[in-house]
Amino acid sequence: MLELTTTRANPMVDPSLQVWGWEIPVYLFLGGLVAGMMILSGYLLFSGRHQAHGSSTAFVPALSFVLLSLGMAALFLDLEHRAFVWRLYTTFEPASPMSWGSWILILVYPALAAALLVRPPAPLVRRSPRLATLSGRLLDRPGWPRAVGVASIVLGVLLGIYTGVLLSALGARPLWASGLLGPLFLVSGLSTAAALVHLLAGDPQERVLFARADNVFLGIELLLLGLFLVGLLSATEVHARAARLLLDGPFGALFWVGVVGLGILIPLGVQIAAVRHRVQHTPVAPLLVLGGGLLLRYVFVAAGQLSHWSPP
Amino acid sequence: MARFGMVIDTLRCVGCMDCVVACKTENEVPEGFCRDWITTEVRGKFPTLTTEIRSERCNHCDRPPCVTCCPTGASHVEDFGRLVLVDRELCIGCKACLASCPYDARFIHPEGYADKCTFCVHRVREGKDPACVAVCPTRCMHFGDLDDPRSEVAKLLASRRHHALLPEAGTRPRIHFLT
Repeated sequence: MLELTTTRANPMVDPSLQVWGWEIPVYLFLGGLVAGMMILSGYLLFSGRHQAHGSSTAFVPALSFVLLSLGMAALFLDLEHRAFVWRLYTTFEPASPMSWGSWILILVYPALAAALLVRPPAPLVRRSPRLATLSGRLLDRPGWPRAVGVASIVLGVLLGIYTGVLLSALGARPLWASGLLGPLFLVSGLSTAAALVHLLAGDPQERVLFARADNVFLGIELLLLGLFLVGLLSATEVHARAARLLLDGPFGALFWVGVVGLGILIPLGVQIAAVRHRVQHTPVAPLLVLGGGLLLRYVFVAAGQLSHWSPP
Repeated sequence: MARFGMVIDTLRCVGCMDCVVACKTENEVPEGFCRDWITTEVRGKFPTLTTEIRSERCNHCDRPPCVTCCPTGASHVEDFGRLVLVDRELCIGCKACLASCPYDARFIHPEGYADKCTFCVHRVREGKDPACVAVCPTRCMHFGDLDDPRSEVAKLLASRRHHALLPEAGTRPRIHFLT
């Protein structure tokens, strides 16, 4: 028998860590979603598909701008010493993923603005015709869309991986102690981005392209989730106990039903049938993928805080 | 350069909480929060049970994860005694340090910054012991330079059986418990 009693009762720390509520999962979700959208729109720019009529590159950068700002607002709400937020930009701490992330976010905005200028959204052009002139001048340089595409892909990959590394760098929480969290959150970001663009794209060819891409991303996400759990289960007892929080612990139902079932397997099945023309493309599968992506972040953030090194 | 640490004799500690009260008074710790606390650990099977009473706090680790994860440099290792401290003017209250600490030794001060034990650095700079050590009625707590073989803490570690908390977390804690 081992029995521990403590006189400590600090708010947000005892009886179990609860420092991050809804704000951080929302921030990680929107950050991953924008990262995925940057990679996808970067691909369209690099491959020249942005010239197609109704291409999603006409709205993806502007939408990313809005979604990323909402994510940053959620992050800001989570801070406890908000008046000092500017301190993030008076230093660069190379060992801190959060410091990397804050600087990456600063670079992401100009990259989004550059992508927006390649194909400015029509409502913006109507309001400010100079935007079209500026865009036309930039497009006179043939390498411009490709360069913007490469920058979008590179920054998107960095942003997407960062959302996972942010957690995996906190080794005191065994559930997060895996190098696979970075790739997992990146692929989940790609999958939710493909779902959102699939949902909103006007070009039917693009819709099919993103549905196919989403199926690949969902498959990889499932594989990474499996590897992540195998890695924890085959590590120390502490890590195996952390994995069981998801497998058969308090987050088991949310994980299996919400994240794996409704968030990955069902939309994957529906979208495979849709791309094989057995059923029509409907918003159901993309909406399930988006919900699953948000739930994945919530489950990982909440369960991770419950995991610890101390004996049970 | 000194490397301050603490050695606590669990065979003498009675869990009276004088250290907790002294810390709250000395450091004006807000009501409802604590920088140090008492943990009682009971092991074994009746009738062969053992009890260990420990006065716990931030371990001022040699490999402090709270420092490496801090995005602003607010959590830092002070040159003086290699103490792990928080600069409240730099802290944004992101709580990454709270999540990174395997001992859950930190909390968010009601004013918004991360707070924790400082080993009473203001007293130590004046050559005094931390408040918790100074008031201990059983003299079970010892403070000093772990790297100085002539210090009381180094001699105790050399002569007595001891353990640290969660060494498997890899943070190299600097509080040692004599058993």
